[in-house]
Amino acid sequence: MKKKIHRRYLAEFVARVLMIGSFALVALILGLILWTLIQKGLPSLTWEMVSQTPKGGFYLGKEGGILNAILGSLYMAGGGTLIALIFSLPIAIYLNTYLGSSRWGNYVRLVLDILWGIPSIVYGAFGFIIMLSMGMRASLLGGTITLTLLALPIMTRAMDEVIRRMPTDLSEAALALGSTRLEIALRVTLPQMLPGILTAVLLAFGRVIGDAASVLFTAGYTDNIPTTLFRPVASLPLAVFFQLGTPFPEVQQRAYASALILTILVLILSIGSRLISSRLNKYTIK
Amino acid sequence: MAAPALFSKPEQGRPQDGRPYKLSISLRNRLNNIAARVFWLITLIPVGLVIAITVALAVRSAPILQSHSLVELFTGTVWKPFGGQFGFLPFIAGTFWVTTIGVILAVPPCLLTAFYLSEYARPITRNIMKPLLDVLAAIPSVVYGVWGMLVIVPFVQKTFMPWMSSHFGFIPLFASNQPTGFSVISGGVILAVMIIPFIIAIIYEILKTVPQDLREASLGLGATRWETITLVIFPKILPGIIAAIVLGASRALGETMAVLMVVGNVPQIPTSIFDAAYPLPALIANNYGEMMSIPLFDAALLLAAFILLLIILTFNVIATLVLQRILGRRGK
Amino acid sequence: MQPHIQVKNLNVHYGRTHVLKDINLEILPQQITVIMGPSGCGKTTLLKTLNRFIELVDGTRVTGQILLDGQDIYSNDVDVTEVRKRIGLLAQRPQPLPMSIAANVAYGMQIHRMKSNRQEVRKSVQHYLEVAGLWEEVSHRLNDPATSLSTGQQQRLCLARGLAIEPEIILGDEPTSALDPISSQHIEKRLLTLKDTYTTIIVTHTLRQAKRLADQVIFMYLGEVIEAGPADAVFNHPKVERTQQYLAGLF
Repeated sequence: MKKKIHRRYLAEFVARVLMIGSFALVALILGLILWTLIQKGLPSLTWEMVSQTPKGGFYLGKEGGILNAILGSLYMAGGGTLIALIFSLPIAIYLNTYLGSSRWGNYVRLVLDILWGIPSIVYGAFGFIIMLSMGMRASLLGGTITLTLLALPIMTRAMDEVIRRMPTDLSEAALALGSTRLEIALRVTLPQMLPGILTAVLLAFGRVIGDAASVLFTAGYTDNIPTTLFRPVASLPLAVFFQLGTPFPEVQQRAYASALILTILVLILSIGSRLISSRLNKYTIK
Repeated sequence: MAAPALFSKPEQGRPQDGRPYKLSISLRNRLNNIAARVFWLITLIPVGLVIAITVALAVRSAPILQSHSLVELFTGTVWKPFGGQFGFLPFIAGTFWVTTIGVILAVPPCLLTAFYLSEYARPITRNIMKPLLDVLAAIPSVVYGVWGMLVIVPFVQKTFMPWMSSHFGFIPLFASNQPTGFSVISGGVILAVMIIPFIIAIIYEILKTVPQDLREASLGLGATRWETITLVIFPKILPGIIAAIVLGASRALGETMAVLMVVGNVPQIPTSIFDAAYPLPALIANNYGEMMSIPLFDAALLLAAFILLLIILTFNVIATLVLQRILGRRGK
Repeated sequence: MQPHIQVKNLNVHYGRTHVLKDINLEILPQQITVIMGPSGCGKTTLLKTLNRFIELVDGTRVTGQILLDGQDIYSNDVDVTEVRKRIGLLAQRPQPLPMSIAANVAYGMQIHRMKSNRQEVRKSVQHYLEVAGLWEEVSHRLNDPATSLSTGQQQRLCLARGLAIEPEIILGDEPTSALDPISSQHIEKRLLTLKDTYTTIIVTHTLRQAKRLADQVIFMYLGEVIEAGPADAVFNHPKVERTQQYLAGLF
């Protein structure tokens, strides 16, 4: 029974080293990304950056900030997420209280998963076609609609997963008491899934605010803060992209700072959604 | 038992004696039925959306299919929109190269990490790793692009490429034909990093569906954990792993900004991992500005989007069906 | 008779719960020892400490000693796979590995490299399938997936698979609880014929099965061994009141 040096333990050992190695690698990459961003972005991250719009000569390295992009992103992503919520909430509820794991329910889930998998550049192209056919130009409205489409499957599936983890006994008990499915949806399911809804909303918001390829076509870019729905609007990812494309080091520095801002925003959303889902889950029946 | 009957026809439930509802039963039932119909209509939106996207792209890319044959488009290597020449081969090849390298680089660490998390790691390690993967998945693609330009591209240019070409330069695959680090391999590395959290999450979910009894059956016979993984668990979940990889690949196929920023964007068919390439999404993103100003250019770009969509739809439908089957069994 | 296994001052904690309390036991060779007791009394836990399966559960702590032929299996320099090779386990539900019938039986032999060529492996596969009483039913379809067998057949396959690694000890964790009466009878019959060759330890919650199989009986309650000894003595003249109550069907 004594341990021996043996090919089996060698294989086990090597495998374990490789596994811990790749685990460490993944963690290391994340660390490296964050560190690079902080190191490059922090020096030019000033109050001016986040509180002002670009002044004349901004893209040559002169004064100004990216408030236009920050607000533009918040408007579009916020609007898109809210509109998506109007549709995804009923779909998620319907999937779970009416359809369950029925055939049609699984078809809808399949379609949502497929929508989730469609790349944002295709959403962008689609949004662009729709806008062309309606005679619209790149605008806040166009960007918001495209981001709505992008957010819809993410949010719906995230909610669906949360609700599905809920116990079915609860709704069965309610059914047995003579409630209709609508009443169950509104009185039992909805309150139960509040944390899930919040998590899903934050998740979707975090995803769409960082998306560049879809707003490239549909929202355009401007140095002004948007005042109407029909004007072009700037966004953070594109601010990063365009500033990086200039040949001036000062502007590129600001691109790094903009990337840092975007990342911080997204990280707050991601961590926030996780905290909510783990904290509020305690207060609902599991 | 009365419960199943109630369950299948909830509309007939009655209030208990002495506890009147505020609304009459028939009204409640009518509300319920109306709601069911409205809900059903809203559920059609996702289905309609998929169809709408497909049809819109097909219709808008039709003009170029009418004036150019498919063979000409897919095997042509010359891309001169002004001259009416639209050869997609370099872009398709670019997409293929970048995606393939990304997947090849991503799969081993994904498998190893997922196995480690599920089979070896303590709960505390898992609890640390999950938010970490969340964060990695949440980082916007343009930020990955910035990171790639700052770290990966210089690394490839100054360290990796010289080393590879001095040791393995005789292999065409590793020849350095250009001086910059903007290359297929840079794009592949970025893609790998981006799809790693995605693939790990799916494989981890699949591993959770493997019954503990199965592990014990193997361990009980005196197998080591690694033997259990390779001989029992891996064959058992192989379809799921393939589905996860296909989903990861389709993510990589459509990834635009991050790749665009590091891959060089030269319309050529790469022969070495250090060559620049021009994948389809980058083509669309880089040229949207001029697409309305040249005849057929818009149709050509939307055809690129259409091709991308068709490939990704195929991948996704197959992989998702496989995964639904595997993960759907959980908890039943 | 020299005991095959000695359990000394065994304590198992799961988190803050004290699951097994000061267990001291001796298991005799070539006999069937039956562990019985009401559910939740720790009998399965006790069984799982014997082949170190308890370590697979996060948050468990084991103190004390389990000596197999005088060697502590929890000692640091002991190879856990070797322990599990010497102590086979028949689980509650049959769990065929995702491979063919023949490959299931050959699995253990292959990971331990017990046979030098395919011919020998094939011979052993047949031998152990015969010992488990399954050969006649599966000889014509050895390459079918093991999952195509009925539950009862699967359990006999698991028995064959366990015997193929040539253990000295067979652990059975309620091995018939998932089976129909006829399949259960099959397994019980096998266990009785095998007891001359192996030391057998069976956990059961049915008193009748305990009476049919046992040479030695261990009665457990709330994580403690209440009474242990030869089957005759425990069944007919239980010394402790708890045991009397249990045998009378009071709980």
